[in-house]
Amino acid sequence: MNEQVKNKINNLIEKNDVCLFMKGTPEVPQCGFSLAVANVLKHLKVKFKGINVLEDQEIREGIKVFSDWPTIPQLYIKKEFVGGCDIVKEMFEKKELQKKFEEKNITYNKN
Amino acid sequence: MSLKINEITKMIKEAFPDAEVKIEDLAGDENHYSATVKSKIFNGKNKIEQHKLVYKALKGKMGNELHALQLNTIEI
Repeated sequence: MNEQVKNKINNLIEKNDVCLFMKGTPEVPQCGFSLAVANVLKHLKVKFKGINVLEDQEIREGIKVFSDWPTIPQLYIKKEFVGGCDIVKEMFEKKELQKKFEEKNITYNKN
Repeated sequence: MSLKINEITKMIKEAFPDAEVKIEDLAGDENHYSATVKSKIFNGKNKIEQHKLVYKALKGKMGNELHALQLNTIEI
């Protein structure tokens, strides 16, 4: 991965506390796994930035190397890679995701 | 290109000989699977590390020949 792509990704996760690399947009996800993660975040009313990797081939391939993770979606919270769809769903069900938002001072809906 | 259930099972078992592997073809299309993998190798590791070990066992096929694999890793 070249430096320029790495910088681009670093910028995105620095500027956005909750950053979801996904296929499609939060409004119109284009893959079931991306949809599932976006729905968890929407359910928790977390403000997040969706990065549509289908619109940027460099980021689409770069993020896999950057995170050492072969699939998309990928969720970052305050620059920390949290996981893909299975992990995020499991963490949500076990309330670990909510705990992480709490620890990192991210506002979410507690009801 | 797709991967068959027995090929996925074989790759995982080669990497973790103690593993119990259960794979389901979710859509019947040899492209969307779910896998439950139980192994001692996961003990004491976080979920990201556990899933990475499985992806590593699949030698780069994840995200390529293998489009979708729902993964559930279990410690023994």
